[in-house]
Amino acid sequence: MADSGHNDAFVEFERVQKSYDGESLVVKDLNLTMPKGEFLTMLGPSGSGKTTCLMMLAGFETATHGDIRLDGVSINNIPPHKRGIGMVFQNYALFPHMTVAENLSFPLEVRKLGKSEREAKVKRALEMVQMGAFGGRRPAQLSGGQQQRIALARALVFEAELVLMDEPLGALDKQLREHMQFEIKRIADNLGITVVYVTHDQTEALTMSDRVAVFNDGRIQQLAPPDQLYEEPQNSFVAQFIGENNTLEGVVQEIRGDVCTVRLDDGEVIDAKPVNVTKAGERTRVSIRPERVEYNKDRLQEGAHTLKAEVLEFIYMGDIFRTRLRVAGNDEFIIKTRNAPDQTRLTPGQQIEIGWLPADCRALDAS
Amino acid sequence: MSEATGPVLAADGTPLKRSLSRALRMQKLRALALVAPLLLFVLVTFIAPIADMLFRSVENEIVENTLPRTAAVLADWDADHTDLPGDDAFEAAYYDVFIAAERKLHTRLGTRLNYELTGVSSLFRKTGRALDDIGEVYQDQFKALDKDWDKGTPWAELMGTQAWIDGAQGWKKADGPLDRLVVRDDIAALLPATAAAYQEFADFSILEDDKSPLKEEPWTLVHSALYTDLAALDVSGYGGPRAEMLKAADALVATPEFETINTREALIDIEDGWADHEVWQTIKTYSPKYTSGYFLNAVDMQKSPEGPIMRDEDERIYGLLFKRTIFMSLAITISCVLLAYPVAWILANLPMRKANLLMILVLLPFWTSLLVRTSAWKVMLQQQGVINDVLVWLGLVSDTERLVMINNQFGTIVAMTHILLPFMILPMYSVMQTIPPTYLRAAKSLGANNWTAFWRVYFPQSVPGIGAGSILVFILAIGYYITPEIVGGTTGTFISNRIAYHISSSLNWGLAAALGTLLLAVVLILYWAYDKIVGIDNVKLG
Repeated sequence: MADSGHNDAFVEFERVQKSYDGESLVVKDLNLTMPKGEFLTMLGPSGSGKTTCLMMLAGFETATHGDIRLDGVSINNIPPHKRGIGMVFQNYALFPHMTVAENLSFPLEVRKLGKSEREAKVKRALEMVQMGAFGGRRPAQLSGGQQQRIALARALVFEAELVLMDEPLGALDKQLREHMQFEIKRIADNLGITVVYVTHDQTEALTMSDRVAVFNDGRIQQLAPPDQLYEEPQNSFVAQFIGENNTLEGVVQEIRGDVCTVRLDDGEVIDAKPVNVTKAGERTRVSIRPERVEYNKDRLQEGAHTLKAEVLEFIYMGDIFRTRLRVAGNDEFIIKTRNAPDQTRLTPGQQIEIGWLPADCRALDAS
Repeated sequence: MSEATGPVLAADGTPLKRSLSRALRMQKLRALALVAPLLLFVLVTFIAPIADMLFRSVENEIVENTLPRTAAVLADWDADHTDLPGDDAFEAAYYDVFIAAERKLHTRLGTRLNYELTGVSSLFRKTGRALDDIGEVYQDQFKALDKDWDKGTPWAELMGTQAWIDGAQGWKKADGPLDRLVVRDDIAALLPATAAAYQEFADFSILEDDKSPLKEEPWTLVHSALYTDLAALDVSGYGGPRAEMLKAADALVATPEFETINTREALIDIEDGWADHEVWQTIKTYSPKYTSGYFLNAVDMQKSPEGPIMRDEDERIYGLLFKRTIFMSLAITISCVLLAYPVAWILANLPMRKANLLMILVLLPFWTSLLVRTSAWKVMLQQQGVINDVLVWLGLVSDTERLVMINNQFGTIVAMTHILLPFMILPMYSVMQTIPPTYLRAAKSLGANNWTAFWRVYFPQSVPGIGAGSILVFILAIGYYITPEIVGGTTGTFISNRIAYHISSSLNWGLAAALGTLLLAVVLILYWAYDKIVGIDNVKLG
């Protein structure tokens, strides 16, 4: 699915750059290709350039350099209102002086649709977001979640093939947010629309998207489906940004194909999978997911590498136990274990031995 | 569940409502104490004077107070008739004007009635000066008969009670005011007119001159009254003090040689205005305590025997002025809206730092004296002024046909638009600031072009700012005074200039108050209409 050639490209960014002040680049050399029907999320910390990319696609910002194409046509010089792209704004931007139905009818009116056709489409769109009874209300009379639904319906009512969403769930509480994630995904799949979704919430990105583009410092750090992104981060930024992660710093001693040996800063030598280290002598950051670390000897898999560790803190979190350890001089080493009947609970001060498979241990760049 | 019935009780058993109001009372009192100084200040220096001023637009006690007898007599007179009122009216007028003249009130009354009928002022002034001539005819004859008729003490003995005379003997100024003279009942019954006139004289002399009636020679009015009484009544039965003196006078009056004077002819002789039917009609029309005259005047009408009628075409002025004031205020408001909207837009959409800088430019005129700004427009717009000079220099206007841009409506509208512009920009700006730019983006993303996005999405949300600015500017404009006074000439002045004229030059405060009340009413009506049409909730100042 993530596999996209140039032939079926629907949205394309080619060597796009953006600068606001003429001194620094907010977006540096962006290349991105999206097939039709894809749900792509731009994920990144604030200031990483993801919203700027979205605004360039919507037409509210112009690219300083490069080409943006929609369905094969360059849209750099097409004004926003002629792009036919639906958009859901961060604070919904529902027009406060119009009723819900008028809000939805607005894009149809400017497209000069007949009255009966407009009414039918508005009705259908409202029903799609389960807000059929709210057509006569004003936006101010709706709750945040309801406004969110209306904003979504308004972006969809004129049957745009591409819909942009700029942190649309940011203002909702956790429960509602989770519900709306599911809802948006369902509607997008049903309609077969292409969605570009911007968020800084990684859970949202992982649960909703076909592919996630992780932004940092104006560049896409990694563009991959959620599982790949989580399990095979390509650099230490992605590893840190997506999910929880343990890092151990050291120097690469030797690279032998799929395995490399790393001498950690406290002298311990471990095996790891080289991801973006190239030669011996290079500093590296070794990354291990907390749930891939095992301390129960019986459960250790064949070929696992073991290290000594001291328990510093044990946190009971219900479904899981979260334990903080001191490993190879790192006080912030976290392990997560499932709350199973046979699981032992660790006590602070305890000396244990932990282990993991070298394949789960990725040697990444040191920056 | 047992508590479901009856009032809810607080923990100590008192009803919760009472307990709550007691708890809140202290807070309310404290809040009241905080606003009390301002409230008092506004009440004393603002509300009360305005209420008093507005009251003056209907108040008309001066005629009734100054000419009480005349007003009473004229109440029965049919003013529609072209005949003059009867002798009793002239008699009453003689009494009233005489007393008013002694008190020096007749000129004020003349001024008041002169608003309604030109010439009354001089009528009263002249009459007041010559009125003694009438009474002197009788005074001289009585005096020739007996010198005591021209002295204070004999008169007091004839009229006053013994008790009062005893009290007044040896009175000195330093003792404080003398007691009011008390007329004996028998003499009051015998000589009613004389008693009334003498009482009037005694009161005046004690209260206003601070002199004892025992030492003062009575007014000639009293002698006239004595003649009236003696000619009509029989005094032969009188046996009180000074009976011989009175009876001798009575005998003198009965002789055919006694010279009499007709009050009607005497008055007309003094000033032939008294023979003018319109003068009497005006006095009668304006004798009630409250009058609609000022208001009628303020809408170019006047009273007539057939009820209120429009004034002559060439005397109408206020209707034109009101219309002009409203029209020009509207023109100023509209030009303010047109000029301010783009500026407010720019201000609201610029980054903070630049917006603040521009805001200073907007506010700069605020910090300049109003007079300076208005005078600057005079320099700019006059025929030998900057604009005309530039136009002539450019060759757009010939030197002999310089544009007239000041001392007319154009000049007033230009100068006042400039002066009131900040009042339009500020509310617009503060409303526009609250409209997030995402609305425009949303509209565009939905397919609206720039104009549609502005007109359908941005403009409706900025209407409250326009409303607030328009109300502010219009109400300020409609009562503006200084600028039209300076640059308005004759065609560009407002109703307020006329009000100021009546307050400070013509001193017709009643008319000024009526005009002011009407102006206030017009503003309130327009405000009400605005509320009905646009809704006052839609007005936001920020």
